[in-house]
Amino acid sequence: MSIFIDRHTRVITQGVTGKTGAFHTRLCRDYANGREAFVAGVHPQRGGQDFEGMPIYASVAEARAATGATVSVVYVPPAGAAAAIWEAVEAGIGLVVAITEGIPVRDMLLLRARMRRRETEGHAPALLLGPNCPGLITPDEIKIGIMPGHIHRKGRIGVVSRSGTLTYEAVAQLTELGLGQSTAVGIGGDPINGLKHIDVMRAFQDDAETDAVIMIGEIGGPDEAECARWCRENFTKPVVGFIAGVTAPPGRRMGHAGALIAGGADTADAKLAVLEECGFAVTRNPSEMGRLLKKLLA
Amino acid sequence: MKIHEYQGKQLLTRYGVDVPRGRLVYTAAEAVQAARALGGARWVVKAQIHAGGRGKGGGVRVVDSVDAVEDAAHHMLGHRLGTAQTGAAGQMVRRLWVEEAVGIAHEYYLAVVTDRATQKLALIGSGHGGMEIEEVAAREPDAIVRVSVDPLAGLSDADAARLALGMGVPAALQSQAATLFRALLACYLETDATLLEINPLVQTVDGRLVALDAKFDFDANALYRQDDISALRDLDEEDPLEVVARQHDLAYIHLDGNIGCLVNGAGLAMATMDTIELFGGHPANFLDVGGGATAAKVTEAFRIMLANPRVEAILVNIFGGIMRCDTIAEGVIAACRAVDLQLPLVVRMKGTNEDLGKQMLADSGLPIIPAESLAEAAERVVAAVRRAGSPA
Repeated sequence: MSIFIDRHTRVITQGVTGKTGAFHTRLCRDYANGREAFVAGVHPQRGGQDFEGMPIYASVAEARAATGATVSVVYVPPAGAAAAIWEAVEAGIGLVVAITEGIPVRDMLLLRARMRRRETEGHAPALLLGPNCPGLITPDEIKIGIMPGHIHRKGRIGVVSRSGTLTYEAVAQLTELGLGQSTAVGIGGDPINGLKHIDVMRAFQDDAETDAVIMIGEIGGPDEAECARWCRENFTKPVVGFIAGVTAPPGRRMGHAGALIAGGADTADAKLAVLEECGFAVTRNPSEMGRLLKKLLA
Repeated sequence: MKIHEYQGKQLLTRYGVDVPRGRLVYTAAEAVQAARALGGARWVVKAQIHAGGRGKGGGVRVVDSVDAVEDAAHHMLGHRLGTAQTGAAGQMVRRLWVEEAVGIAHEYYLAVVTDRATQKLALIGSGHGGMEIEEVAAREPDAIVRVSVDPLAGLSDADAARLALGMGVPAALQSQAATLFRALLACYLETDATLLEINPLVQTVDGRLVALDAKFDFDANALYRQDDISALRDLDEEDPLEVVARQHDLAYIHLDGNIGCLVNGAGLAMATMDTIELFGGHPANFLDVGGGATAAKVTEAFRIMLANPRVEAILVNIFGGIMRCDTIAEGVIAACRAVDLQLPLVVRMKGTNEDLGKQMLADSGLPIIPAESLAEAAERVVAAVRRAGSPA
């Protein structure tokens, strides 16, 4: 098992003809079961054409009807990205993975409000991962996103993080220590996003093939602390925690739109303290994440 | 992106919000003219810098004569104003806002923010205006009222009433308050603001609600569709290196240490700064070169780091995923040659084509100090700074 995606998942790509979308769709199709997994692309003006042998449809609804895909990955540029995500949600896609970086906060606020309203109207909820995230991967089965596939190994450790390259750092450490990953999930660095640490941890808790987790957070927002408090009561597997940004000054956006210290509770130190209180094995040295996890398993 | 108080007030008037009449001036003589033109017998002279805490720093003066307006202007213009938010050096005052003083019956606090937890807007109000909201939150948390607003549904009458009541707005002004709340929400959404704070909002002796201050922050990712807001940008208020970095699509933030760092990815860049600190050093900057760094971009990043005279060593930490380590090695070598680097340089590369990249650095003949892990890189760059004779 794994969380959210596995070798049977069928995926469509929105923004498949753009430079980023084309490049990463190619790499995803070349990874493990990618040829079977990536079944269609979507482009409003290029329905009927194909992308390297993969059919392109004019809308998500058509692509879904034709292929039965349940997941969509979005590379559409920022100005149209929220509309693209909404199109996927309305078409009944179960999980939308939004890679796009730089979507205006207002667009995400309105999108999330529409998604909430849609659920209250009785529609099946859609999950959103991201935006501004690397995507997710179940090693040796399927990769949806922009992470380098070759650093991953199949295994039983879960990884969840807001940051892309810091996720790769954790994954590479695990792989070097002989610890493979069940699923690695990048939830993205934006202030208004879909799945949060807590949602991913719930899934890892329910996954019989995940034995332990590395959870990586950063400054800004209440999510890591909220997740840790949930874990204290509900999560039964060992967790290593790291929070980036101990040295970040307050009031400055550290690259990620969401990495901004607003008050006292969202500093790295405050979050590390909560993680520790909640039973996480916390490290302040990101080079030690893998080794610390290995120690917990011994 | 931040704007000046007077720009914020001008923006608010477009949404029907009441603000004191005022004039923007650049000289003491203009300040005198402004006071005469505004008329009345009391004025407020306010230094226009982006940092908050101006009052305590001497950047806001209430005066009773035109001579005193001139005197206040003389003391502010061309001088550095230090506040809790400017750092020790302070910020140069180049413009002043001179406005009529209004008769104040009560001061409130009112703000609109984006609430990450609920993924809605939040209106935050308090009957304790004129002081830092953090201070109120610490001393008297019950004095702060928070109302969550769904951006599709808007503010309900019940919530508007609850907020006004919680702030202690008198019954006679509550419908005026509800109109104000809705105006601020509309302004916030339509301008792609990420913060709108009015502190204080006052009730005047003649029964009006007037914004005496206006603090805005805007979403940098939305400026492409906000030409009016973008036009308000004041580059004098920004760190010049950060301005240059932005032009090259680099995320750079100036810090107080002496170890420059160049990293790909925001999370890894913060983790690199933290590791330097963990090993006893101090980062000079945050710098994320992003996902598609070319040799030209890496060279520009080196130039920006080196323009900071405090930098004594550089740490490059790259996790080559889609970006290959050999491409980065090429960029680092080109950058070292282009800027004729004289400072110690530690490079840690990991990921795709790692061995090839490392070989290229070794073969370059440049005195690059290699490192395997981030911890080792931090240790080595701190040691290099110590060898160079300055406390890391």
